[in-house]
Amino acid sequence: MANDNEIIDNIANKEYEFGFVTDIEMDVAPAGLNEDTIRYISAKKNEPEWLLEWRLKGLQSFGKQKLPEWQNFELPAIDFQKISYYAAPKSKKKYDSLDQVDPELLATFEKLGIPLNEQKALAGVAVDVVFDSVSVATTYKEKLKELGIIFCSFGEAVREHPELVKKYVGSVVPHSDNIFAALNAAAFSDGSFVYIPKGVRCPMELSTYFRINTENTGQFERTLIIADEGSYVSYLEGCTAPMRDENQLHAAVVELIALENAEIKYSTVQNWYPGDKDGKGGIYNFVTKRGICKGANSKISWTQVETGSAITWKYPSVILQGDNTTGEFYSVAVTKNKQIADTGTKMYHIGKNSRSRIISKGISAGQGQNSYRGLVQIGSKADDARNFTQCDSLLIGDRCGAHTFPYIESKNNTAMVEHEATTSKIGEDQIFYLNQRGIDSEKAVALIINGYAKEVLNQLPMEFAVEAQKLLSITLEGSVG
Amino acid sequence: MLIIKNLHAQVEGKQILKGLNLTVNAGEVHAIMGPNGAGKSSLASVLAGRENYEVTEGEVIFEGKDLLEMNPETRAREGVFLAFQYPIEIPGVSNINFLKTALGEIRAYRNLPALDAKEFLQLSREKQKLVEFDAKLVNRSLNEGFSGGEKKRNEIFQLAMLEPSLSILDETDSGLDIDALRIVSKGVNKLRSEKNAFIIITHYQRLLEYIVPDFVHVLYDGRIVKSGTKELALELEEKGYDWLKEKESATV
Repeated sequence: MANDNEIIDNIANKEYEFGFVTDIEMDVAPAGLNEDTIRYISAKKNEPEWLLEWRLKGLQSFGKQKLPEWQNFELPAIDFQKISYYAAPKSKKKYDSLDQVDPELLATFEKLGIPLNEQKALAGVAVDVVFDSVSVATTYKEKLKELGIIFCSFGEAVREHPELVKKYVGSVVPHSDNIFAALNAAAFSDGSFVYIPKGVRCPMELSTYFRINTENTGQFERTLIIADEGSYVSYLEGCTAPMRDENQLHAAVVELIALENAEIKYSTVQNWYPGDKDGKGGIYNFVTKRGICKGANSKISWTQVETGSAITWKYPSVILQGDNTTGEFYSVAVTKNKQIADTGTKMYHIGKNSRSRIISKGISAGQGQNSYRGLVQIGSKADDARNFTQCDSLLIGDRCGAHTFPYIESKNNTAMVEHEATTSKIGEDQIFYLNQRGIDSEKAVALIINGYAKEVLNQLPMEFAVEAQKLLSITLEGSVG
Repeated sequence: MLIIKNLHAQVEGKQILKGLNLTVNAGEVHAIMGPNGAGKSSLASVLAGRENYEVTEGEVIFEGKDLLEMNPETRAREGVFLAFQYPIEIPGVSNINFLKTALGEIRAYRNLPALDAKEFLQLSREKQKLVEFDAKLVNRSLNEGFSGGEKKRNEIFQLAMLEPSLSILDETDSGLDIDALRIVSKGVNKLRSEKNAFIIITHYQRLLEYIVPDFVHVLYDGRIVKSGTKELALELEEKGYDWLKEKESATV
């Protein structure tokens, strides 16, 4: 009969289901990070002088900064000189239709279940695919164009809308923000750019799938989303990666800007290769994500489902600058085998009557270590600011860990800050109860996990929520005999 | 339907069942009574396949198959249902989704086609009505924040939905007020048929006024020491268990 330990062992032995390598000719920069590399990347992309300057400032900041030491895990040594900072599929033609795209590339998308086809488009999803570094295909662009919405690769935005990029890039996450943000500023490969004009409600979910594909290529996307006054956009980001023996560093930067009365909803499902059961070969996912509610009554909402990567290290944050602004953070982070997640959020209350809500659900299995780290900061002018934080941890087995580091700083005595936290274990009793109703242990664990994470999954757009639910089940189920 | 022969079982090294014999046929309702610690709930746990109960001797044949060989979910799919003494709360999992999953698994095991959403909802409504289960509770998280009585009534609702051939009610009457007791009993009576059987574990004769058993057994010190008809329950109510204990120790 299956017992808890067997279930846990099965979970621990679960292989990564999305591991395969696509064989496409690549244009790869020589390894190493220096001014020449930066100039090489910038030249490859035909970038304007101002952007090269900015990259070089990033490189300078990078040179001045040390790796942090406050994190709740041992940071593996990273040799930045061994990483190649640029890789692009060699064919750089622009396509009018999918027929012109390399069939092998399309086959990869097919395997990943990327909704690049017509049906998906009809379902209302426009996809901007980042394959390693360069955007390959963009769908539904024309339709978005009619509304004045710009949804394109970062590179294209630099060419077509330099004034917007110049105005906002680095305005939320400066090139000197932290060592990985500096690295990204210097070497960012590509990414996505979104601009929603005044008063426009984006009629579909904008979706980008990232995928790391070239051996030893750090991938440094940069995403910039600007929601102009009174606009709304929901943006989805999801990813998978092939199996690897070498660790791959991923240091993305995401900047969100919400002007007066605007709303941005940013959802992530992250399922990068977590390494084998000893943690070897997984992705390091060190991301800086930050949004600013610049104008009054604006809102930014982060939702993330994190199941992959050997180490996940990120704190999607919101600067609540305008009055009556709202920041939200909903997170499910799963760690199993030897995975590590140190994640959470920061809410900076500056404007009056600003609100923030944090719902964090950590799930640890195997020898996984899951840390919630959060900061709620209430500035002296943030009268009547409110925060609610709920921070739950679920343990599966007795070899994993859950840790919570909540920080609260208040400089305004009219503020109200609430923090709730729970830690629970999936009980044998719960599994037995479900067994007794004919449900096997594997399905029972999946049911319990999805129930636990429901509050967060409910925040995801419908279609994505189903995928995320499946992903959670796949991630945590073992084949129980 | 169920034949238990010379069943010995222990939990954490402590012998709980010491040679228990019981035969249950289709269409019958058996009540099992007995003092605290006699092994009543242990019997339920052993039949359902709870992990820390170890069978050291004896056999249990359910509809011709060796029940003890099966894992808990297979027993459930074969038609053994345990109404828990303390139903478990599972936050975030809606009652109805849970039941849909459970019924789906059981039907798949029996090579029956899955019910579509409409059929399932129809069945659910029908059974809710049958056992007088509050529709509001159907969509709530499984047992989360339910009162003691609501939890017990949910067990009976699940029983109605899953239509097991053998139902074991483990002290379903404990913690029920008189109205809830009446509703639960009414539900069970409606579900009784020629094809299914019930084992009702209880401390009190009160429940048996509502669910009239065909047989009453007294479980004491891991064995059934006396069997009779419903009159035995009345006798026990009147005299307590001490006279049986004395008789038992005298025969040893």
